[in-house]
Amino acid sequence: MNHPTPIEDAVLESLGTMRPGARGRIAHFEVSVDEGQDESLTDRLREVGFAENLEVEVLHQSPFGRDPIAVRVGKMTIALRRKEANIVKVHLV
Amino acid sequence: MSASTLVAVVGNPNCGKSALFNALTGLRQKVANYPGATVERRAGPLLGNDKLELIDLPGTYSLTPRSPDEAVTRDVILGQYEAEDRPKALLCVVDATNLEQHLRFIIELRGTGVPMVLALNMTDLAAREEIRIDADALSKRLGVPVVETVAVRRKGLEALQKTLDGVLAGARQSVVDFGISVKDHQRAARKIAADVTLSEGIGHKTTRMLDSVLLHSVIGPIILFSILFFMFQAVFAWAEAPMGWIEDGIALLQGAFEGILSDGLILSFLNDGILAGVGAVVVFLPQILILFAFILILESSGYMARAAFLMDRLMASVGLNGRAFIPLLSSFACAIPGIMAARTISDPKDRLTTILIAPLMTCSARLPVYAVIIAAFIPNTPVWGAIGLQGLVMFILYLAGIVFALIVAAVMKRTITKGEVQTFMLELPKYQPPHWRYVLVGLYERARIFMRRAGTMILSATIILWVLSSYPNPPAGATEPAITYSFVGIIGGWLEVIFSPIGFNWEISAALVPGMAAREVAVAALGTVYSLSGNEDMIAEGLVATLNNAWSLPTALSFLAWFVFAPQCLSTIAVAKRETGGWKWAIFMVGYLFVLAYLASFVTYRVSLALLG
Ligand SMILES: Nc1nc2c(ncn2[C@@H]2O[C@H](COP(=O)(O)OP(=O)(O)OP(=O)(O)O)[C@@H](O)[C@H]2O)c(=O)[nH]1
Ligand SMILES: [Mg+2]
Repeated sequence: MNHPTPIEDAVLESLGTMRPGARGRIAHFEVSVDEGQDESLTDRLREVGFAENLEVEVLHQSPFGRDPIAVRVGKMTIALRRKEANIVKVHLV
Repeated sequence: MSASTLVAVVGNPNCGKSALFNALTGLRQKVANYPGATVERRAGPLLGNDKLELIDLPGTYSLTPRSPDEAVTRDVILGQYEAEDRPKALLCVVDATNLEQHLRFIIELRGTGVPMVLALNMTDLAAREEIRIDADALSKRLGVPVVETVAVRRKGLEALQKTLDGVLAGARQSVVDFGISVKDHQRAARKIAADVTLSEGIGHKTTRMLDSVLLHSVIGPIILFSILFFMFQAVFAWAEAPMGWIEDGIALLQGAFEGILSDGLILSFLNDGILAGVGAVVVFLPQILILFAFILILESSGYMARAAFLMDRLMASVGLNGRAFIPLLSSFACAIPGIMAARTISDPKDRLTTILIAPLMTCSARLPVYAVIIAAFIPNTPVWGAIGLQGLVMFILYLAGIVFALIVAAVMKRTITKGEVQTFMLELPKYQPPHWRYVLVGLYERARIFMRRAGTMILSATIILWVLSSYPNPPAGATEPAITYSFVGIIGGWLEVIFSPIGFNWEISAALVPGMAAREVAVAALGTVYSLSGNEDMIAEGLVATLNNAWSLPTALSFLAWFVFAPQCLSTIAVAKRETGGWKWAIFMVGYLFVLAYLASFVTYRVSLALLG
């Protein structure tokens, strides 16, 4: 299929835009070239523990400016800034 | 270098490599519950087999280094580290409670062809979380021997050694093809982990519960602030009694010497030189140990990474990232490990900035300086409930260090260390009750270092100062105390010209010179100088009472301001040079700190003179 159906598209969200309590499953990674990000960032995210199909949940956000966020990924908790978190695309549940 | 066989300990950050290394070698590497505790390689012979040398390495997620500490690990594993041989085998460590994540790096390492043993560590935590792993199946799938261990309880060590010997003596391990990309390794790791995990476990509930409080957007920062505040109150309140005992002990010794020896050179050397000088510093051992106990407990509980998370936004506003908070908090203990810990920061410019501001964090060597002045000039009145004014002033001084560090960082990031906005990514480890063994070992190490400094650097500086303060002898018919005519008196007199605008008398000016070696030496030097000046208070009641009478309040405040900034520590300067790769930045650091110190003291002195009349 060439383009995803609107319904599928609607439930895909960037991790960096999610609020505490929001949960989902990692769909894929997509760096933003406009933001000056490159693929090595995806590798870094994978290295610290992000992977397709893992469950994620935003647990906390910084009291100051709501950034960074603390995310549960599989069995771990990882703190990262929203900008990098946006690379992770999530199927909400 | 040597004939011994090298074995490197490798794995993801915070999986217990250093704890295992310590258990196997009997050494005392730093063990702490946050990623990035180890930043350097450290080698040591195996207990009971000194032909075998273990190398503890910084934890890393892959062979592609993201920061200087990770580069060390890669270089050692690949045999590119200075003149060192390539390790004959790897002792890989994984956290049994997070197998699927930790296996990825092990799979990448399998590609290097170096034989390995896998330590499945933290099996105690795994058992508590009801995770069950089939170690034999794991061994088969990876093609390497697997041993279950609990590093902190020394469990599984014998089996580990035996297996290691077997691997070193034995057959080549077959290479298994797991692919090359990070994604391939990740997929293979998850597949293997899923297949060998018999029971998934229930997770770590305590961590979730604690985080919901400690990372709460309102309560979290309040708790962080309260912890730091409480720490400084405790440093004052709890140390009072033991400090009294040490002071009494020193006075007792001085009295004993006076009883045995006749008045003369030797008595003066012992009482005015060594006891007044070194004693003035040794008195602070209890305070330093209390401060360290707090830091060690924070480090081993897992809270450090949370503090980094809470502080990231603030750090970002000055261009740094939350990770820098960990080295900076360690700098409260001593700037040197703080500067070293900056190796975990990936961006070279962020790292440089962190190194340059680390000396602004109030290290424990400043504690004696602050404490003497505070004890002499600040009444210990309760301000509010149990909060004492002295502890409050101490807290403000620490805060001043932090605030100025942030300001300096902000200025640097906009000028000389300008760069892209960097990322912040940090695993938040599970909370663990502090391991008392490591806290006690850490305290013991600290006490040892402190006493060694007192016995070497401070002692020799004090002796030199005593000699220079006792010679040349005063001319006949001199009216002033003899020290006024000595070298120290003369040099102090010259320096006073420079320092009188900021309110320093000649005694202070003279004490600053030996105080260049290390900050607490300044206190020792003041002890000696005032003792030799024949100051009655000094002999009767020690340094605190002396200063109270000899200095005006503006002078005391100016002196405190000076020590918030002054880079008076040769070892810090040397480490800054090494870590920044040359003199350029080290000299810059010294320069900017002295300029700030002088300015701050000048303003403090003038303003308080104007206000206090
Ligand atoms: N319960 C339990 N805790 C452990 C075990 N091994 C290590 N720890 C704890 O795990 C934390 C990390 O241990 P370290 O030895 O510093 O870990 P490391 O792998 O050297 O960490 P880095 O140097 O940061 O890469 C510390 O708080 C240890 O007390 C274990 O087998 N069981
Ligand atoms: Mg370590």
